[in-house]
Amino acid sequence: MDLSKASFWGYKRENQRVGVRNHVLILPVDDLSNAAAEAVANNVKGALAIPHPYGRLQFGADLDLHFRTLIGAGSNPNVAAVVVICIENGWAKKVADGIRATGKPVSEFGIEQHGDHDTIMRASKAAKEYVQWASELRREERPLKDLWVSTKCGESDTTSGCGANPTVGNAFDKMYPHKVTLVFGETTELTGGEQLVAARCRNDEVRKKFQFVFDRYQQVVDRHKTSDLMDSQPTKGNIEGGLTTIEEKALGNIQKIGRKCVVDGVLDKAEMPSGPGLWFMDSSSAAAEMVTLCAAAGFAVHLFPTGQGNVIGNPILPVIKLSANPRTVRTMSEHIDVDVSGLLRKEMTPDQAGEKLLECMFRTANGRLTAAEALGHREFVLTRLYESA
Amino acid sequence: MIHFVVHEEGDGVGVVVVEGVKKGQELTGWIMEDDKEIKITAKSDIPIGHKLALKDYRPGDTVIKYGVDIGKVVAPIARGEHTHIQNLKTKRW
Repeated sequence: MDLSKASFWGYKRENQRVGVRNHVLILPVDDLSNAAAEAVANNVKGALAIPHPYGRLQFGADLDLHFRTLIGAGSNPNVAAVVVICIENGWAKKVADGIRATGKPVSEFGIEQHGDHDTIMRASKAAKEYVQWASELRREERPLKDLWVSTKCGESDTTSGCGANPTVGNAFDKMYPHKVTLVFGETTELTGGEQLVAARCRNDEVRKKFQFVFDRYQQVVDRHKTSDLMDSQPTKGNIEGGLTTIEEKALGNIQKIGRKCVVDGVLDKAEMPSGPGLWFMDSSSAAAEMVTLCAAAGFAVHLFPTGQGNVIGNPILPVIKLSANPRTVRTMSEHIDVDVSGLLRKEMTPDQAGEKLLECMFRTANGRLTAAEALGHREFVLTRLYESA
Repeated sequence: MIHFVVHEEGDGVGVVVVEGVKKGQELTGWIMEDDKEIKITAKSDIPIGHKLALKDYRPGDTVIKYGVDIGKVVAPIARGEHTHIQNLKTKRW
């Protein structure tokens, strides 16, 4: 596969970013606005509500992350237009203005002094206009470098480290020289292999930043742990699948960044990268949290290797799932987009597996629905840093 | 037929990649990095995805996989035996 001339068909947005989906998002700023947001999405076919349980009485860095994630989700190029709903007018405007900076159409609605009924009616009218407008937008052919690709694995087992994760690594190694923007994360899930990631950093400045965020997360674990984290990290499912220690899980995880890619920079949670290359995002290793942070950082397609069989999707970011575990591929076939179990039977080379994944990635970018999209998996999960006030 | 895979020459454990491995079964392993084959007899029933020891271990030993330390042995393990949480623990946390 010659990627130097590779292209995909995407939606070029007002800010020149290119999306592969064309969602009209109904975005609640807080838990209280979920009901109205879901009512609007029910009224207007093709509109997509993304309910979540947070947004009240958060403060400091946790509140900053909340806003960064919501504004990032609305700003994602897979989103054509956004209707923001919030109990309070002021914060509806704050989130809407953040998204408006991309140039895309945004309307905001506060519930106070209106109630749900009036809010739902006004927001539905805006959403209906957006859906009809978005339905006339057309895909155009764009070079591969315009595609932002994220990765995170889940329900890993030992086959992840020898099959599915190296397949993502092979695809990353193939894309990296073509100026694609790539990201990986899962800070605690590098424990035992952090020295390998540090060695792959572009320079001492990036290495220092990586080590700082890694050490900080270790301190969080040390402060709160009541055991060696057995059943949490690795999870019960990981252990069921044969993974024994965090070190073993981490070394499998790191296979996702291939052998040649260089770690070009370190991102905070939901932070948008400033250029092409491979980025490390300081993030939770919980699947839906990490994928949501990738969506908020502007990534357009996600590669998700699994061993035991994770079922995750995301409302904004198409999640392509691959597995090398023959039992998972058999028992959970409806969730697996790419079967690379042939790798472990020596019927497929890592290069062939990487190409198979990239082929699915291009088809997905061009509009083919992923298994998670077809099955309605829309896990939108916000990361919290600490208690509300 | 490949029953288990080993990442690198020198790794002390392999990963069973077929279902239904039984105690006493003759297993063929594939060292992926070097594309070599090894033979070993299973000393336990081992589920798919789980590890078998490629050598004898004593408590306190370090287990190497991917050429890197993945934890410490906490109970004796014989070559061909199931290696998991009952005999291997993290050195972190």
